[in-house]
Amino acid sequence: MNAPTGSAVDADFLRRWLGTATESIEREADHLTELDSPIGDADHGGNMRRGFRAARTAVEQEPPDTPGAVLVAVGRQLISTVGGASGPLYGTLLRRAGKSLGDEPTVTAAQLRDALRAGVDGVAQLGGAVPEDKTMLDALLPAIDALSGALDAGGSLAEVLAAAAQAAEDGAKATIPLRARKGRASYLGDRSIGHQDPGATSSALLIAALAQTAQEAA
Amino acid sequence: MTYPSDPAAPGPASGRAPLVGVVLVSHSASVAAAVAELSAGLTGGAADVPVAPAGGGPDGGLGTSSDLIAAAARSVDRGAGVAVIADLGSAVLTVKALLADEELPANSRLVDAPFLEGAVAAVVSASAGADLDTVAAAAEEAYSYRKT
Repeated sequence: MNAPTGSAVDADFLRRWLGTATESIEREADHLTELDSPIGDADHGGNMRRGFRAARTAVEQEPPDTPGAVLVAVGRQLISTVGGASGPLYGTLLRRAGKSLGDEPTVTAAQLRDALRAGVDGVAQLGGAVPEDKTMLDALLPAIDALSGALDAGGSLAEVLAAAAQAAEDGAKATIPLRARKGRASYLGDRSIGHQDPGATSSALLIAALAQTAQEAA
Repeated sequence: MTYPSDPAAPGPASGRAPLVGVVLVSHSASVAAAVAELSAGLTGGAADVPVAPAGGGPDGGLGTSSDLIAAAARSVDRGAGVAVIADLGSAVLTVKALLADEELPANSRLVDAPFLEGAVAAVVSASAGADLDTVAAAAEEAYSYRKT
């Protein structure tokens, strides 16, 4: 894929993603907290809302001018404002991804994929989770694989991100029958079975916001 | 005896080597403060105890605040290293993320230790002038102390 129009990701694209992601988190905050009530500490929606509001404000006040810098700035805000485990986890994901993009003013979908993979590797390293532990990785890893597959098949930016979003949503739903092996939910043992993981759900929302941003730009 | 202790003392000017600092990161502000107080109280009346609590989230409720952790680490950093002991989940992950991004003083270390027992061991050994490796080992050894 080498089409210049509608396929490049620049700072403006990721600032629009942040706006869309923040609105989506606002809209779904109660649902995220509801998912976090039976198996977590019922704070995921509020924590994510606080983090994304702070990130959006910081990026509006001092707009970074490269896509890498936008991701680093959002990651930094999430680490300092979320207050739960999702802060350092999403913060590490976005900062690692942002650093991997370097100072380039625009990046391709393939560079974005590589950056997200570096970020997700950082999450796995920090949290020590593996697939099917019922964590955000269960949405993120399939999303990156689907993105990669769609890129190899020659998809446009909007198409490859739509494929990623679908895989993330499917991955989040597939956490329902899993038994949690990480975080507070793991103390519940078998009682964690039957509930969708809140972290995988918010991961799917964030990837869906990427797909929506690309669709609106296409 | 107070904590966080006076960062001006007891620098090299006092004739003693600088002490290792200890930061206690809990989801609860009152747990972090109480464990800091207990640990300092068990040092046997050391004049200067380099321990600082970093408890609670950014909104003051239960959670973890990276800003509080970074400030606490700076407040106990005398140049001999800082041992950080965390309770659970996000407290541990936030410390790891801060260390990975080099946002804590040089020679800061997350110590793998039970929160209360590890804190007491770390603070008592740090107050006695132990180096960072020794403080960390003392805290980690707290896992092996059986109660029955």
